Amino acid sequence: MSADPRIEPASTQPALIRNFCIIAHIDHGKSTLADRMLQLTGVVEPRQMKAQYLDRMDIERERGITIKSQAVRMPWEVDGEPHALNMIDTPGHVDFTYEVSRSLAACEGAILLVDAAQGIEAQTLANLYLAMENDLTIIPVLNKIDLPSADPDRYAAELAQLIGCDVEDVLRVSGKTGAGVPELLDRVVRDIPAPVGDASAPTRAMIFDSVYDTYRGVVTYVRVVDGSLKPREKIAMMSTLATHDLLEIGVISPEPKPTKGLGVGEVGYLITGVKDVRQSKVGDTVTAAARRAEESLGGYRDPKPMVYSGLFPLDGSDFPILRDALDKLQLNDASLVYEPESSVALGFGFRCGYLGLLHLEIVRDRLEREFGLDLISTAPNVVYEVEMEDGKVHTVTNPSEFPGGKVAAVREPVVKASILVPSEFIGTVMELCQERRGVMGTMNYLSETRVEMHYTLPLAEVVFDFFDQLKSRTRGYGSLDYEPAGDQVADLVKVDILLQGEQVDAFSAVVHKDKAYAYGLSMVGKLKDLIDRQQFEVPVQAAIGSRIIARETIRAIRKDVLAKCYGGDISRKRKLLEKQKAGKKRMKNIGSVEVPPEAFIAALSTSDDGSDKGKKK
Amino acid sequence: MTTAVGARDFGVYVHVPFCSVRCGYCDFNTYAPGEVEGATREGYVEAALREMDLARAAMPGDARAARTVFFGGGTPTMLDSSALIALLDGVRGTWGLSADAEVTTEANPDSVTKESLRALARAGFTRVSLGMQSAVPHVLRTLDRTHKPANVERAVLAARDAGLKVSLDLIYGTPGESLEDWRTSLEAVIALEPDHVSAYALVIEPGTRMGAQLRRGEVAPTDPDVQADMYELADTLLSEAGYSWYEVSNWAREPGDRCRHNMAYWRSQDWWGIGPGAHSYLGPHPLPDGGEAPARRWWNVKHPRAYAARLAAGESPEAEGEELAGDDLRLEQVMLRLRLSEGIPADSVEGRAEAVAKLIADGVLDGPAAVRGTLRLTRRGRLLADLAVRALAF
Repeated sequence: MSADPRIEPASTQPALIRNFCIIAHIDHGKSTLADRMLQLTGVVEPRQMKAQYLDRMDIERERGITIKSQAVRMPWEVDGEPHALNMIDTPGHVDFTYEVSRSLAACEGAILLVDAAQGIEAQTLANLYLAMENDLTIIPVLNKIDLPSADPDRYAAELAQLIGCDVEDVLRVSGKTGAGVPELLDRVVRDIPAPVGDASAPTRAMIFDSVYDTYRGVVTYVRVVDGSLKPREKIAMMSTLATHDLLEIGVISPEPKPTKGLGVGEVGYLITGVKDVRQSKVGDTVTAAARRAEESLGGYRDPKPMVYSGLFPLDGSDFPILRDALDKLQLNDASLVYEPESSVALGFGFRCGYLGLLHLEIVRDRLEREFGLDLISTAPNVVYEVEMEDGKVHTVTNPSEFPGGKVAAVREPVVKASILVPSEFIGTVMELCQERRGVMGTMNYLSETRVEMHYTLPLAEVVFDFFDQLKSRTRGYGSLDYEPAGDQVADLVKVDILLQGEQVDAFSAVVHKDKAYAYGLSMVGKLKDLIDRQQFEVPVQAAIGSRIIARETIRAIRKDVLAKCYGGDISRKRKLLEKQKAGKKRMKNIGSVEVPPEAFIAALSTSDDGSDKGKKK
Repeated sequence: MTTAVGARDFGVYVHVPFCSVRCGYCDFNTYAPGEVEGATREGYVEAALREMDLARAAMPGDARAARTVFFGGGTPTMLDSSALIALLDGVRGTWGLSADAEVTTEANPDSVTKESLRALARAGFTRVSLGMQSAVPHVLRTLDRTHKPANVERAVLAARDAGLKVSLDLIYGTPGESLEDWRTSLEAVIALEPDHVSAYALVIEPGTRMGAQLRRGEVAPTDPDVQADMYELADTLLSEAGYSWYEVSNWAREPGDRCRHNMAYWRSQDWWGIGPGAHSYLGPHPLPDGGEAPARRWWNVKHPRAYAARLAAGESPEAEGEELAGDDLRLEQVMLRLRLSEGIPADSVEGRAEAVAKLIADGVLDGPAAVRGTLRLTRRGRLLADLAVRALAF
């Protein structure tokens, strides 16, 4: 990295700074492009290049998605003048819309990166709206022009129409070969406005990310708006008024590098020694403790879990490990909430709240991978408000706690969904949304062949394998984005599953009245096949309150004996019995019925889990 | 339940690994003529006799004579009766035979004659167990059995004429066999008035020809509930005809008609298995230094050629073995003895009172017998014996 004094951190004029992010769908090549930029600007030597430098966590690399953003400072010279470019990496998934919005708020411009073979996707469109909402300057870019299947003319026209620019303004690059990337960096300098702020005003810096590091504690990423931050200063968080010592301040390039401070328009990191990301919250405003700003930058809000699910260790004795693991994960994930839960069927575990299904998947994955836990997770559910006839209101985050008795009304969260599909699938999508109790809004043609459809849908329906259905029914072309849109009253009932008359709390679900029968039938059918025959007949029933709506019977086992047992059979037979006995130990007991843990896992999984898991196509 | 050596019976099992053809369902250690390159019947007899010599040397100070001898296979009667007699003489010369010894051979109805059976009886054989399997032609065909149903009657009469006790072996639950087919077989058996009947549910093992047919969907497995019906039908018809069950799959006319050799397995007595792949078991026994050797089971190398080669070199044919003590031994004893109508003493499963009570309540164990101190399976329980063992022995 060149050491031009004009772009030294803490003493760079705002006019030489450009802050930008890249908006892209998960597999449209954002990380590859970012890597290429790091290389071209000399921040990373080609031979040190680790593919996709910005994605740090293993899970991110495997899934090809970025969960946590980072900011990298890169030098770039245009017309003989050095500039400091801060590239702020943003998450690309609907679950993390709030984090995206904070990252965008730290920038003046955004690169809209679209795969030249696929065109824009719904989530990208959502983030583009957010960027335009934040008055960001948009640079439209088509990536992967080296692909044989690329159709840049078609998608350039689509992008131009979308953001209202000329087709010629749409840049064409290849992150893989590097073609067009220097021109893109030039455009960043020329098109994106320099940051503006008051250097003499009380310090205000916005937190756009907060990451827990085992060795350093919490690393907080900020964008300075007014004033400046200096090492060894005392800082204050404006939402809590808590003060911290600034132990270290610096920029990422691409490794953390301490600096003498950060000035107006600069982006960097802070280390204060706190151990929990909840003490350094995304969206909060940092100010100087000695000279506090009067007004925060705004936009902060507490993360609100949208989806809940129970997590139980397969082996009950792992409960303390699960508790410690969740405590550790929470250090790095302010949006993860959990509280102890005990289930008759599954023992002790936690009811966890997540931003969405991807978030749920990631947390579960990390618990299993990093802490070696085997987990059962119950079917994800949303939060219901249940109003009783006596006026009492219950907030239900666990279907098994859905109140009995006289219910006046049940409210469920709804989302505004936007679905992008080739126009030939309009009918298919309408059918799917109708099945899912969707209410249609507007429909826009992005081009002659692509359409954006707006629906209001119950979140519970989206959570239940909606995305997989959308993908499979549109042959993979459909894409989805959604955002919370309040709640609605709906005709919802709790369906309980009973094994031999005993309610299995883990299988209780809140479903629409019209679907209760189908749900009950499918659950009892699944369980009948999954549970081994017992010594006695086991009725498997689905019930709404005391009314049985579906029933299957697991017939009693009649034969469990090896016909021959002579001298040469004894050893083998003994080992077989020992193996069977070991299997028996893993069983969960519901009353006197033995249920293998696999039955819970299989019965609780929907056809899939209903989310874009971010897998590469 | 361990007993002192002196109180345990000693028996000898002789495994004859030859058959005229290999049946599709068979997973026994046996070889049809095309399958045993380099292993002749003569070589086998010689090797088996050598193993007896080694066995004797391995049991110093044990003066027990064999109370039972059982020739199984394979098809022991693939050997000439002179060869079988030579092997029995080998047992007699090695360990001695007690005066009331039970000496059984398994036989294929086609491979015995009046003369051969007489010769065996004269040499000390007391019992023949005929592999009848079924009286229904299509069932026999599915099982690859070549004998004619009429030959069974001929063999039974010949055996009885020679003064031998007769057992008939049946298989039920063959793919395509109906409950009525099974009834036909049972009635045919009863009409032949054998002393003893064994009836086994067919188990289709993965490595067999029938296992492959099952995998390819060419045969359909019999529903276990239908097998349970068949078992109950067998028990009903045999009981009505005067046979009593004494083990899950075995019925006898009188207590004296029970197979004493097999009883020894289920009662954890001692036995030496001669022949390729044969298993042996010797219970705990005192050592000269005053200690006690643990119970031990071992089994011989499977292939007749490898078996003969070991013995020709003066080496033990043992392939592998295991020492048994504590829970393993206890589990085996419960697992084996619970199969018998005599059951197990209730106090041999100490600390399992709740499990016993539950099994009684579920109709698996005989309640009155348990109250009197014996755990015995009910008829329903016989079909759930493994389940009962898991509940009792762990």
